[in-house]
Amino acid sequence: MTTTILPAELAERAQPAPFTHSADFTPRYWLFAAPAVLVVAGVIVFPWLFTLYMSTQDWKIGGGPEFVGLQNFAELFRDTRFIESMGHTLYFTVLAVVLPILFGTAAALVFHREFPFRGVLRTVFVMPMMATPVAVALVWTMMFHPQLGVLNYLLSLVGIGPQNWVYSPDTVIPTLILVEVWHWTPLVMLIVLGGLAGLPREPYESALIDGANDWHMFRHITLPLVWPFIMVAIVIRTIDALKAFDTIFVITQGGPGTASETLNIFLYLQAFQFYKIGYASAVVVIFFVIVIMLSLLLLYARQKSKWNA
Amino acid sequence: MSETILKPTRRALLRGATALGAAGAIGSPLVLRESHAQAAFNWKRFSGTTIDVLLVKNPRSDLMQAAEKEFTELTGIKVSSEQVPEQQQRQKAVIEFASGKPSFDVSGISLHVQKRMAAKGKWFEDLTPFIKDASLTAPEFDFADFGAGPVAYARQADGSLDTIPFFVDYWMVYYNKELFAAKGVEYPKTMDEMATVAAKLHDPAKGIAGFVSRGLKNANVPVWASLLLGQGIETTSTEGKLQTDTPEAVWAGELYKKLNKDSGPAGQVGFNWNECQTSFMQGRAAMWLDGIGFATPLEDPSKSRIVGKVGYGITPPGPKAHHAGMFADGMGISRGSQKKQAAWLYLQFVTNKANQLAMLKAGAGAPGRASAYLDTNTIAQSKFGKQYFDCLLGSAKVARAALPQIVPVTEFRDVFGVALTNALGGADVAAELKKATETFAPVLVKSEQG
Repeated sequence: MTTTILPAELAERAQPAPFTHSADFTPRYWLFAAPAVLVVAGVIVFPWLFTLYMSTQDWKIGGGPEFVGLQNFAELFRDTRFIESMGHTLYFTVLAVVLPILFGTAAALVFHREFPFRGVLRTVFVMPMMATPVAVALVWTMMFHPQLGVLNYLLSLVGIGPQNWVYSPDTVIPTLILVEVWHWTPLVMLIVLGGLAGLPREPYESALIDGANDWHMFRHITLPLVWPFIMVAIVIRTIDALKAFDTIFVITQGGPGTASETLNIFLYLQAFQFYKIGYASAVVVIFFVIVIMLSLLLLYARQKSKWNA
Repeated sequence: MSETILKPTRRALLRGATALGAAGAIGSPLVLRESHAQAAFNWKRFSGTTIDVLLVKNPRSDLMQAAEKEFTELTGIKVSSEQVPEQQQRQKAVIEFASGKPSFDVSGISLHVQKRMAAKGKWFEDLTPFIKDASLTAPEFDFADFGAGPVAYARQADGSLDTIPFFVDYWMVYYNKELFAAKGVEYPKTMDEMATVAAKLHDPAKGIAGFVSRGLKNANVPVWASLLLGQGIETTSTEGKLQTDTPEAVWAGELYKKLNKDSGPAGQVGFNWNECQTSFMQGRAAMWLDGIGFATPLEDPSKSRIVGKVGYGITPPGPKAHHAGMFADGMGISRGSQKKQAAWLYLQFVTNKANQLAMLKAGAGAPGRASAYLDTNTIAQSKFGKQYFDCLLGSAKVARAALPQIVPVTEFRDVFGVALTNALGGADVAAELKKATETFAPVLVKSEQG
């Protein structure tokens, strides 16, 4: 006896079995994710929650913690040194982002063009970035010495009197920015140069046919196309500038007086010089909120720049 | 006198350095016993043990590490030591001692910064029972050889001795003899005269500062505190009350400002000891007030342009008293150590007469033992010359603790350091010191409560 199978039935049999919830593999996937979750919980979530807890305690190393609620935060906003350190951080960050971005972009445009010894000069330009920040800071400290530093000697050769550099409250932050610009402009240059290398030629050819000059091409083609890369550089520089510590600490330790005391230096003093862990934790919480807000703002701006591009 | 030191009152201790230092702590020929009992002492009893030692990075620690091999040969005890830069070493010590289980058996501390903190946190074992125990202490150790001033400085208020004061630093005035001779000026006889002499020597057109000292906040406080000793008082009273806005403190602040602002180099507000040393070493400053421990590079021809021209002067007397600011380092045995006896053998060895003399010979600092200064051979062969040793011994006779013996010394230095820096920037000294005193007073009160 033979059985006849209709084509429609065959087609139905060929269909894969419909998905059912009986084979749910989710618990097994959790096993794979567990190590990462544990690490993140251990090194990020727990320290953060513990910092939050400590910020509500009056806790000096060597003594026991005592719950004080939000008193540390209230004290911080009455502490003129803390307020001043926020101002110094803002001042330092703005200059340490804007100037390297401007100079780095300009350098990238220069090095994007063909000229003799371009490769060698580009390598020389990038060299400061390769140096260790502490070593860089120590060398600059010697160069800034008002009596014996090479910078004042060089100025004297062109008839300019000696400057106080980092040894004056008025000039200390701009001078520290000088070091930052020297050190980190190459990084911006490399990022922007990478963007420039990937730009298409067609828009430029069209623009030339339409009679555009160099400025028009830069303003209306190069800048919009390379802007997402500049935004990446801004994000990286902002994070770097906000967390700047080594260079400032080695060169000035926040001085003269408190003239270059940024939030990081203030935090270091509270935590590791005065051992006020509760108070320092409150500074960390505030600093964290500032960094998160700034990061969100920058990421939003970066996203916008992508859409426009 | 030795009975007073061994059973001191708190008041006597806080005054300590003055009276005891003045008594010729280091300079006086204390008992130097020849020991013939070495053979009887069993150095090998803890052979096979390994001890951990935490040191501050400096030339003295280099010498201690160099002596470890000899110590191991003598005792069979292995030493695992590490040198950590001063600031980080202090942090490491605080955190590890607070944990209750420090990773080291022996640690060095700066007595002028951490003495009270060590007592409050019960960091160290009292060494008195060890010293008294003839079975644990070699006869040639001769504890009486340590200067009474440094020992009083190391001794805690309850009478315990938790560290051996192996290094002492006295504040004095380095001066450039050539610059003094060129202007026909004599070394100042008083603190006030120091300002007039500095003004005469100040020659900005030639890039010469009449005076240089630390201007950087925190680092600058010992300068002001040393000047304050000239008024016969310290920054805190014997009862622990702040004396930082008194007329005497304001006088010292005004003198500090006058010396640095009127006769100091440009940018002195950011100078720490290293900038001062560089300026002085290059012949750009006529006087430099700082610790005698910074003398070595000044006589090194590869670093200094003024070799052989350096004068070493005892800090001149103030209006009411004559003192030299005193600072010291000590070494102790962790209370949490499981190898205290082996650690005590190590402490005895690194602070013995030979190793203390080696410190003086190497120019690594002023030892705490008196016998080192009585070694005429060392003095005769030293590159420093007689004036250096006269200054050292003279300073020892008038030594007095310059920094307050309180727990939050670093915060004290920070708060008053900012006040002094502001004063150098033109602010009113009295107002700045008053403000700083008001800021620091509650910190001090709180530190004494917990």
